[in-house]
Amino acid sequence: MTYCSGVAQVRLEHVTKSFGEGDQATTAVDDVSIVVEDRDFMILLGPSGCGKSTLLRMVAGLETPTLGEIYIGDVKVNNIEPKMRDVAMVFQSYALYPHKTAQANIEFPLKVRGASKVDRAAKAKTAAEALGLTEYLDRKPGQLSGGQRQRVALARAIVRQPAVFCMDEPLSNLDAKLRGETRAELVDLHRRLDATILYVTHDQVEAMTMGTRVAVMSRGHLQQIGTPHEVYAKPETVFVATFIGTPPMNVMPAGLFERSEALVGVRAEHLELSANGGVPATVRMVEQLGHETLVICDAAGTRIVVRQDAEAPVPEIGEDVNLTAAEAYRHRFDPATERRITE
Amino acid sequence: MKRRWRQFPVAIGMLAPSAIILGVFVVYPLIHSIQLGHLRCDATGTRCRDGGWIQYVDVFRSNEFQHALFNTIGLALMTVPIGLVLGIGLAVLADRHLRGIGFFRTVFSSTVATSVAVASLIFFVLLQPEVGLLPHLFHGLFPVLKDPGLLRDPNTAMPAVALSSIWASLGFTFIVITAALQGIPRELYESAFVDGAGGWTRFTNVTLPMLGPTILFTSVVLTTRAFQAYAEIALLTGGGPDPERPTQTVAYLIYGQNSLVKNDIGLKSTSAVLLFLVLLVLAFVQFRGLDKRVHYGS
Repeated sequence: MTYCSGVAQVRLEHVTKSFGEGDQATTAVDDVSIVVEDRDFMILLGPSGCGKSTLLRMVAGLETPTLGEIYIGDVKVNNIEPKMRDVAMVFQSYALYPHKTAQANIEFPLKVRGASKVDRAAKAKTAAEALGLTEYLDRKPGQLSGGQRQRVALARAIVRQPAVFCMDEPLSNLDAKLRGETRAELVDLHRRLDATILYVTHDQVEAMTMGTRVAVMSRGHLQQIGTPHEVYAKPETVFVATFIGTPPMNVMPAGLFERSEALVGVRAEHLELSANGGVPATVRMVEQLGHETLVICDAAGTRIVVRQDAEAPVPEIGEDVNLTAAEAYRHRFDPATERRITE
Repeated sequence: MKRRWRQFPVAIGMLAPSAIILGVFVVYPLIHSIQLGHLRCDATGTRCRDGGWIQYVDVFRSNEFQHALFNTIGLALMTVPIGLVLGIGLAVLADRHLRGIGFFRTVFSSTVATSVAVASLIFFVLLQPEVGLLPHLFHGLFPVLKDPGLLRDPNTAMPAVALSSIWASLGFTFIVITAALQGIPRELYESAFVDGAGGWTRFTNVTLPMLGPTILFTSVVLTTRAFQAYAEIALLTGGGPDPERPTQTVAYLIYGQNSLVKNDIGLKSTSAVLLFLVLLVLAFVQFRGLDKRVHYGS
């Protein structure tokens, strides 16, 4: 079954959003351009306050951009009301109507559009089946668990067969186990719906596992856009390097790791403890996580994390070690702009 | 069991302050009123005899009481729905982030700080046929404003009292509904907006259901107020105009200067106890009837 109607590319061109006026104005989104291709699962990733939710709300039509243009398909939607945009939104709080049953909640977008009762019931049933909600249709949100509520919110979004889905941290109210399961379900849903999804999260695990592409944002600026692998393996800025990955990439000041003017970044798994050669450091702490061991070292005041296999010999705390990394795994950043230096 | 009894004096001690206040100001007067309700006094009110329980039935069936009860119900039917609709309407209008909206909020809620006596006096002057502003402005359209005056015409006296009463309670309704509106999550509106719901659909599908418990509460309070309405009637019409006495409510029958039973402490008590019973039944019916339709959050 295909829910998506037509081509649904979402294009943001030099979009800026400021709140307030005069001296008190704050810029939530600053000159961001993103193209979300049709059927993309685009993740907007960043820490809280980076402007990702504001960006999503502009696509949904809940905020109007101060500058720039937003296109859905070929239509400029800056001043078009949400209901004309063919966009559905899933909220972090689910925003279910507490006085309506799950069925009435799912039917609501169709009811608003004047669909007949029979049509509504049939489509709600299909959506509920797709999300395994058939048993719970008569219950009100207060009688449903967090996961079930979340699925009712999803069903309410897919029932309309919109061109674009906007999801604002829909998993963050679930417990860790359920979040893991629902991640997989959402990926599966995206495949089945063949729809374009814009998905806001601050959780890099969600970004890496679910997205076909990831847009990393910080302080209103777009830092990098690419596949999950690209943003992990080739971070464009120091921010991306240190935001993505657990533990974050070690970024060392110029001159510490090699004789150059650049900041050098190396992922924990690409650092090795060697007997001689490399950067001298002292072991400060060892974290044995079972499947791996993190060795936290201090090199001239810089904290550096090294990841080792669980089988590797564990160094003593206080032991002097040397750190090395292969040339291919060194990322160099300009100390002034903090952007990647490409050779 | 032993331990429980050991704690008994402590429990009594702790309950005592509330129990004494309730006992002296609520339970004792109620019991005393029920006792007084048996009495039948002469015209001067000095000599009374026991009329027995049957007096309650007699008073309830009397034309005077039924007439007053009918008037009271009429007042409630005018003040409660109109007061609620106006209060909700103004609260929804003022619940926007517009410049200067604070001024309107203050104006709309100001009557909460106005006593019923003051509100009644304002309306008494406004409606006064000789000097009042409203008759002066609109007597061309509504001659009744000048002759004999809204408060002096038997057909318009009760609606005029209701007008004053609605105005006086509007601040209360406005504040309570405004507070409830602010408790409705924004996402519910945003979700409905993205789903294509217009202003009216959002109002009927989000605002009204979410206000349910507050509307129920406000309607019970407004109904009780209407049934206890005394000051506005005493000040505006004195239960008149005679001889129909269309504004003689049950509360006025009990306290009023011009009440038929003004010297009979027995009959006044009987009426008061009956009013209490009527209100008790009414509140019960309101909660029972509306409770099922009201949603109390998850």
